[in-house]
Amino acid sequence: MELKGLTISSLRKLIASREISAVEVCREALDRIEQLSELNAFITTTAESALADAERIDRIAEKGEPLPKLAGAILAIKDNMVIRGVRTTAGSRILFNYKPPYTATVVERLQAAGAIVVGKTNLDEFAMGSSTENSAYGPVKNPWDMTRVPGGSSGGSAVAVAAGMAIGALGSDTGGSIRQPASLCGVVGLKPTYGRVSRYGLIAFGSSLDQIGPLANSVQDAAAILNVIAGRDPGDSTSSDIEVDDYSSAIEGDVRGLRVGVPREYYGEGLDPEVKATIEAAIKKFEELGAKIVDVSLPHTEYAVPVYYLIATAEASSNLARYDGVRYGFRAEGEAGNLKEMYSRTRDQGFGAEVKRRIMLGTYALSAGYYDAYYGKAQKVRSLIERDFRNAFTSCDVIATPTAPTPAFKLGEKTDNPLEMYLSDIYTITANLAGVPGISLPCGLSSKGLPIGIQLIGRQFEEATLLRAAHNLEQALGFDSTPSAISSV
Amino acid sequence: MPISKVDVAKIAELARLELTTEETESFTGQLSSILGHIDKLNELDTTDVPPMSHSSTAGFEAEYARRDDVTRPSLGQRLATESAPESEAGYFKVPRVIGGH
Repeated sequence: MELKGLTISSLRKLIASREISAVEVCREALDRIEQLSELNAFITTTAESALADAERIDRIAEKGEPLPKLAGAILAIKDNMVIRGVRTTAGSRILFNYKPPYTATVVERLQAAGAIVVGKTNLDEFAMGSSTENSAYGPVKNPWDMTRVPGGSSGGSAVAVAAGMAIGALGSDTGGSIRQPASLCGVVGLKPTYGRVSRYGLIAFGSSLDQIGPLANSVQDAAAILNVIAGRDPGDSTSSDIEVDDYSSAIEGDVRGLRVGVPREYYGEGLDPEVKATIEAAIKKFEELGAKIVDVSLPHTEYAVPVYYLIATAEASSNLARYDGVRYGFRAEGEAGNLKEMYSRTRDQGFGAEVKRRIMLGTYALSAGYYDAYYGKAQKVRSLIERDFRNAFTSCDVIATPTAPTPAFKLGEKTDNPLEMYLSDIYTITANLAGVPGISLPCGLSSKGLPIGIQLIGRQFEEATLLRAAHNLEQALGFDSTPSAISSV
Repeated sequence: MPISKVDVAKIAELARLELTTEETESFTGQLSSILGHIDKLNELDTTDVPPMSHSSTAGFEAEYARRDDVTRPSLGQRLATESAPESEAGYFKVPRVIGGH
């Protein structure tokens, strides 16, 4: 049973009517993961517990009892979300053998809804990266062209969905890490409003920026997953108690009269001309559907990358201070003269280069004498960026931009130049800084056959409007999401 | 603003990272380049702009973000020390804290 041809809802119906068993679907997914191991999308598979969960679903179906909402949905979880007793590495050597004593709220909610977790996906170490080349467990390959990156940091999750190893996945997004890999792999990826989804059990990178969200083959499926994971959690004090809308019903409305803002700053220098043309064609589709296209401006866009690389790294330097070889994970070998030496050796050996670079940058930005000039300044410019969005949203309801400046680049192409890699986050970073939701959906292929994604950004807590806009556009575009490079598998 | 190797060494100490010579070398160059780009922020006059630490609707000041100060069961010593590279009698075992080399 090919997962690519199904929705979460149609899969559930087939299991309910006993046309297929959840165990069969699960076995096939596990086989496919094995067959496509060259893509290196998974760090750990959880076959035993997945099959046990599948059996439980089948027993409910056998009795003719109603199935939970995500029954039988084969899901992959990014390896920076903890599951009790299941190795969780955050893509790092420093957590190579870590088995968490607790489970992330989002995973608990998904499992309670009948979803089947088949494994933990590969990622850039501690979610720091835009290509999944920063993993201590090897890079992930793009199923559309295996010489290219899948994007990052949720590369493994994007590939799991794109290549039909799972029907959906969870990723995390701090500066674009769900949306950008979704764009490069031709799938849908949503970063919710900051505070919409609990971060309890997400290994923290930038606490004022991080959000967990779904990757899926359709907006409909992304909405279904969001409905299960969203909502107040006492375990995360930043999770909002604003009511969760019924996203699955909300997507069914039309977009007549919807105002779609096009910010001129996102269509200038640095944007690949093919990407630009493809996005503009997609926006034309919105017009055909009755939406109104409006010019808007987000004037502080050019400052987003420096702001992000001060705030995110400052927060990371604090969040990663806990990895010290004392309570869990890797500890450097050999007799350390004292505790401080043990910390320093453990961290230098356990962390990869990108993580160390960011910790250093963040430490510098927060250090005495530099705090105001760097971190303090960045916080003020962040206010200006948030203000830009609030102003823009007085004249439009969603904002349409490219997700990434180019389609998937080659493995190794940007690894020598960290700054160049950072600049490729330009279109996604702003939504994290402003705390607004953003979704990427595929809208075409480049002349090399690589997916191009369009990003829609919405007001805080207006995922219902955002998903409705995305769903309507998706239906109108009719993108075929089957990756060409692995079509023989 | 470029950063010197001395600065890099100081930051590495603050961040508890024992860098190799090669790392100090390459990080000095890379961080200088990144900080150079970051200097762009000085183009903006932010005199009357309030700092933003988190999204305005997130719950920090909200009543619901608090709970009563009531003791609840937690991990317990066994589970908490289970994953440690070195532990003994329910404690985390580490090299000496004071003194040494």
